[in-house]
Amino acid sequence: MSEEIILRVENLTKRFGGVVAVDQVSFEVRRGEFLGLIGPNGSGKTTLINLITGFVKPTSGRILYLNQEITHQPPYRIACMGVARSFQMVRAFHRIPAFKNLIVPLYSPRVKKLGGGKYGERDDIAVDLLDDFGFERDSLVPYKTAGSLPHGYLKRLDLARCMALRPDLLILDELFSGMTMSEVAATLPLIEKFNREGLTIMMVEHRLKELFRVAHRVIVLNFGRKIADGPPKEAMNHEEVQKAYLGTEVEG
Amino acid sequence: MAGPSRYRKERIDRGIKARSDTIYVLSSYREMVYILLPRILPIFFLLIFPLVVGGGYWGKVVFYSCTFALLALSWDLLASVGLVSLGQALFFGVGSYVAGGFNHYLKWPIFLTIPVATIGGAFICSLLLIPVLRLRGVYFSMVTLILPLLFDHLIETLEILGGTHGLLSLTPFPNHWMAVYIAILAVIVCLFGFRRLIHEDYGFVLRGIREDDRVVMAGGINIYWYKTQTIFIAGGIGCLAGALMTHYYQFVGRSAFALDNTILPLAGAVLGGSGNFAGAVLGTFILVPLSEALRALGGLRMALYSLILIGALAILPEGIFHYLERKYHQFERIVSI
Amino acid sequence: MEILIYGITNSVTLALMAIGFSLTFGISGLANFAHGAFYLLGGILTWIFMNQLGIPYFLSALISIVVVGLFGFFLYWGLMLRLRGLAINEVIATLATAIVIVEVLRYLGFSGFTYVLPEFIKGSIQIGKSWVDYQRIFLVAIGIGLIIFLYLFIHHTKIGLSFRAISQNERTAISLGIDSDWTAALSLSFGSALAVIAGLVILPLGSIDTQIGYDILISALAVGIVGGLESVPGILVASIILGFGQIIVATFFKAQWQTVVTLIAILVILAVKPSGIFGKYKELEERV
Repeated sequence: MSEEIILRVENLTKRFGGVVAVDQVSFEVRRGEFLGLIGPNGSGKTTLINLITGFVKPTSGRILYLNQEITHQPPYRIACMGVARSFQMVRAFHRIPAFKNLIVPLYSPRVKKLGGGKYGERDDIAVDLLDDFGFERDSLVPYKTAGSLPHGYLKRLDLARCMALRPDLLILDELFSGMTMSEVAATLPLIEKFNREGLTIMMVEHRLKELFRVAHRVIVLNFGRKIADGPPKEAMNHEEVQKAYLGTEVEG
Repeated sequence: MAGPSRYRKERIDRGIKARSDTIYVLSSYREMVYILLPRILPIFFLLIFPLVVGGGYWGKVVFYSCTFALLALSWDLLASVGLVSLGQALFFGVGSYVAGGFNHYLKWPIFLTIPVATIGGAFICSLLLIPVLRLRGVYFSMVTLILPLLFDHLIETLEILGGTHGLLSLTPFPNHWMAVYIAILAVIVCLFGFRRLIHEDYGFVLRGIREDDRVVMAGGINIYWYKTQTIFIAGGIGCLAGALMTHYYQFVGRSAFALDNTILPLAGAVLGGSGNFAGAVLGTFILVPLSEALRALGGLRMALYSLILIGALAILPEGIFHYLERKYHQFERIVSI
Repeated sequence: MEILIYGITNSVTLALMAIGFSLTFGISGLANFAHGAFYLLGGILTWIFMNQLGIPYFLSALISIVVVGLFGFFLYWGLMLRLRGLAINEVIATLATAIVIVEVLRYLGFSGFTYVLPEFIKGSIQIGKSWVDYQRIFLVAIGIGLIIFLYLFIHHTKIGLSFRAISQNERTAISLGIDSDWTAALSLSFGSALAVIAGLVILPLGSIDTQIGYDILISALAVGIVGGLESVPGILVASIILGFGQIIVATFFKAQWQTVVTLIAILVILAVKPSGIFGKYKELEERV
């Protein structure tokens, strides 16, 4: 993990009418870091991701990626700068084969520039890529219609879609929700490997046990505010964090 | 043994389809014919049909069918990226007037006006429609619907570009056969071109935009640029149709912007089946001759197309072509469970 | 002075035409392109009831409103529900319905000076230097009254509440027990009924011509595009701009140039702020 700050969020706020979804959140992410983003439901985690990746415009605040201001950039430009994100609700193209789902990122200007796919090669690149994620190349699985695959496969497909973009920063939104223990056990080492190879990862998760095994640092959100920022053990010992997750005792 | 036996309908690929799906199709003439027939037959039909029909009244109908087929193909391309055009008449009208205008006022020859109408018209239509690309899909439909109707009014009331009488005595095609075969060639090129396009990676991106544009954006693709490209191409083809018709008729009038030119290709595309382009051609080649045969009904024909449209949507949404395709490749049988 | 009077009348007229369409769209997201056709249909039905069946005016009007309202409701149940979810097809279906209605009526010949609806109040009054028909004043009154009534209805009744719920978040509304299909069908029938009411008030000022089936739609769409489809203040402002713009052009230039105003307004809005004056640029944030 280097000292280079690859993502900086400054006083980010998002209001939806009267509701403050994200409230003056600031933090930094270093290159190569594995950052966890946790908090109770409704604490603003997905909104934060949407803000960073450009799907939602902030009410105030700044976001800098690689020292460039991306606060108001459209999602596709941010993606082309190297930020990939997965979706909480699985969004795959259900009516086409699984491997064809990867064509879109492979067709992007970023991959074209990095020398990813030439005409006719993309199909093979897609199938190869999927092989790393548990879609065995020699089986029928990559060729099955995405809609016919079970949930765990679709989650991994989403992950593969992100990785097809050759990102520098990977943001995962509850990737493990809905996956079985064995699927998680198979996927987590993979993500860890990517992180060791230099990929910066920001991961929203509810399965804290798995997350704490791999995360260098976690940020805890509650009601849109950042209430803790540090190594997992330290953050969980924070009184406010415990209150947020477990509640307080009622007097009497 | 329990309960009554139940049945379900099963659709299975025909044996010959399975055999001809791979490279081994080359090993058997029968299988090669199976693959090539659906492609060769329409081309053959399209090329021979005008000769069979002759140069008279029905020869004209062939020409009309081709121009409307181009409009339907243009509609289908827009629908593939998720843009529902309710204003093919916009493209048709712009193309007609650009070609007619340059021919009438500047005396440009036909081999110049048609390309200029196609490309220039595409630019004009794109400029008009780009602003609504960032809004909800319905806005696109609304703007395409309202613009041709407004242009129609405009031409009538301002008496510009020939006003109610239109521009007359424009340069015709050298002869009927040239006109028809240029039109047929355009249809063939667009039909097979668009089909190829939609099955290439570019086409996947387009279809992805229609299906879920957020995911496509997360994948680094500028969806607005692709939508713009599609409008340019589809608009150009629509303008080409208008330009061809203008020179065939030797006339352009405000009727170019009429609702007829939107509804007929739309009904044809939906009847034939949207999404596969062949359906668009098939549908218009059914509806246009039908429309000519029912000339006596006048304005009521539009009501008829609309009813057919609604009927197709309600009863056979996949369209005739997809239905035929399915029958060609698969057979059904009842199996007991 | 005259400009003021006719400007106000024209603006309210446009607003009346646009209300039904915007209501249906704002609630259920359905762009009812048959709006103009319903306007026409209401007028013609009233005429038929009155002149061929001898039913008194008030009753005819009432029956027409109900009939077309019901037609709208069953159109939704019968056709739209089958097509729901295929957003493409909803839009095509309403346009197709519009064309069927308008062209059949055109074929049956319902156009011309014989087809006139009676004014609600006959006679005119002198305001300043000019004579104004009572009907026009009636129109303005009804228009304003309708807007106020609708505002109160949507904000203070149960049905109105379900309308607002559905338009804000359909899934939540359904989970709270609001039948979204029923409500959407209701919104279509309300919009249709409003179209008929608008027709009944406006048509007496002229005669019926089937072409208005399309012209009214153009006006409603224009007001919506210029003002922003889902905003009531947008409709009002756009109606005023277009209404006065058209009257001013008609007074100082030629009467037929009114359409130019509409077209220019649309082109300007498209160039400057495509979502309309008060349009909410919700597009991106809506569907993440």
